[in-house]
Amino acid sequence: MRILLVEDDVDVARFVKKGLQEAGHTTEHAPNGRDGLFMAASEPFDLLVLDRMLPGGVDGVRLVETLRSQGNKTPVLFLTAMTAVDERVRGLKAGGDDYLTKPFAFAELLARCEALGRRPASDAPTTRLRVADLELDLLSRTVTRAGKKIDVQPREFRLLEHLMRHAGQVVTRTMLLEKVWDYHFDPQTNVIDVHVSRLRQKLDKGHDRPLIHTVRNAGYMIRAEP
Amino acid sequence: MGSGTLSGSGVIHVLRSAGLRFALLFAALFLLAGLAFSAVLWWGTAGALDRQTAAAIRADATALMERWHDGGRPALIEAIETRLAADVEDQTLYLLLDRDGTRLAGNLETPPAGGAPDPAWSSATLERDGEPSEARLFRVDLPNGSQLFVGRDVAEKQRLRALLTDALALSAAAAAFFAGLGAWVLRRALSQRLAPATQTAAAIASGDLSPRVPLTGQGDEFDRLGETMNTMLDRIATLMEGVRGVSDAIAHDLRTPIARARAKLEEALSGSPGDAAALRSAIEQGIADLDGVTRVFQAVLRIAEVEAGARRAAFATFDLTPVLEDAVDLYAPSAEARQIAFETEIALGLMMRGDRDLLLQAVANLLDNAVKFTPEGGSIRLVARRGARAIWVDIADAGPGLSDADRIRAGTRFFRTDSARTTPGSGLGLSLVRAVAVLHRGELHLADARPGETPRGLRATLRLPA
Repeated sequence: MRILLVEDDVDVARFVKKGLQEAGHTTEHAPNGRDGLFMAASEPFDLLVLDRMLPGGVDGVRLVETLRSQGNKTPVLFLTAMTAVDERVRGLKAGGDDYLTKPFAFAELLARCEALGRRPASDAPTTRLRVADLELDLLSRTVTRAGKKIDVQPREFRLLEHLMRHAGQVVTRTMLLEKVWDYHFDPQTNVIDVHVSRLRQKLDKGHDRPLIHTVRNAGYMIRAEP
Repeated sequence: MGSGTLSGSGVIHVLRSAGLRFALLFAALFLLAGLAFSAVLWWGTAGALDRQTAAAIRADATALMERWHDGGRPALIEAIETRLAADVEDQTLYLLLDRDGTRLAGNLETPPAGGAPDPAWSSATLERDGEPSEARLFRVDLPNGSQLFVGRDVAEKQRLRALLTDALALSAAAAAFFAGLGAWVLRRALSQRLAPATQTAAAIASGDLSPRVPLTGQGDEFDRLGETMNTMLDRIATLMEGVRGVSDAIAHDLRTPIARARAKLEEALSGSPGDAAALRSAIEQGIADLDGVTRVFQAVLRIAEVEAGARRAAFATFDLTPVLEDAVDLYAPSAEARQIAFETEIALGLMMRGDRDLLLQAVANLLDNAVKFTPEGGSIRLVARRGARAIWVDIADAGPGLSDADRIRAGTRFFRTDSARTTPGSGLGLSLVRAVAVLHRGELHLADARPGETPRGLRATLRLPA
């Protein structure tokens, strides 16, 4: 992916840029909103990572609003040091696609970047998701593995759907909380782990090859190969 | 608030006073009303007298003209003589002049000096019975060149008018006096009623947040202003306390983990450089400590934000039932994993006004505690129902509960029972629940789930006004 990082803090910028490049993404950096807007408007990027507060008159929200008004639909991830609950809503309302509060773990940022930057394979709505011999039918809302039906509860179905839509990508615990439970706080305990391990038991029972993998210090990933 | 200080700045001060402006407005209105009253009175009395006289003269003149038309000059002269003979009060005045100015009839010697704006009407000062007297005269030109003057002696009416003028002048003076007095009283009353609010505001501006505007209890506009100010001051005091709470919290609970992380990193730095595994583990622990700091920091800020009450502006009406079901859904597997029986009894359609996200987090915090402290094989029970005026959410666990002393302190920031020191947590969970309850003008009530038994268990009850 080609990522534009607009961040005024030199250390954070260097750390994020280095990490994204190590993960295989070409990363450009702009130190202020004005340069960021110029670059974002003149070159194609797959993803913008914007600090919410930027020097130079153009802050993150202004930048996104300007881009969106020009018809630019590049996905935007906001980074912010503001903690007020409404800040998230404000950022998303301005045209941002995701939101991450500083300080953050790099794994969390990377997982969110990859989730945002991956374009849908086709515009046609999917009715069936498949990973190895695991199949999820979005119409009949059934899950089968190797042709055998697996009973899952509605919430487990949504959890699995989210993991499968991002197959091969790391999905963090907070991302699951946000997307599956629409819950925007850190519950400070391992509630998500319990849900995932229960789902994992149902899926992998009687099969040699586990599908849901735990990624250390990051989250979970569903993938065919071990 | 002395009103008599008329030094240079004093004059400006007085002129700038809203009280004075109100007072002047009042005085002006009062005087204007007096003026209107006098004008109407004048028009209705002195004016009416004048009009009456004029009408009588005119009617008289018309009648005499008719006589002249009917019977010519002799009839007119006769009519004049008859009228003069009948006038016992000696009020009527007549004069009939020939074409060349010869007096033919009437009780006037000479015609009045002309030159009045309306040539038909004239006023004259007559010598009657040795005394000067005022008269009002109307001139009629007869077709044959003769002139007829009809008039009335108005001396009596003039005296009446003078009396009226004197009376009105006196009342005008009285009105001006009362306008001034009223204005002064008004200004004084205004500044006196505003003084408590001004003094309170001044005291607060100088740093003391404790004074409040004293209220008279009359429930008038000033009391309402005072009440509003007091409410505002209470809010400011709450906000200040919140800020103070955050600084206390930072001083109290953030120093320790920061110091710990620092120690670990320093230790890693001074350790043997060859031991990569030890170095890595120390750094990982340092990061974990810093994450803990961040978490505490965010929890403290969140509580402060909730306590500040600003989120009340974003309140919306929503159904609490699915929120509770979501929270249960989130924690049910955790309970199940520890063989804890999780019973729920959630009424349908618990509509309320509030912040959905915060209530979800509050209930999640309570469930988190319940799951954390209930021993394996125990049970948790969540009951939500609608009371007469509030929604009650009741979460009872089978944990060790709280001693009476601890229960009072539970919900203050960073409070953790000694037995809870080994379980993960920041001691901020109940603080947030309490803050969320207060934000919704409700409360968090803690009690024993099984009074008298061991373990006593904890029953946390949220009362949320619906």
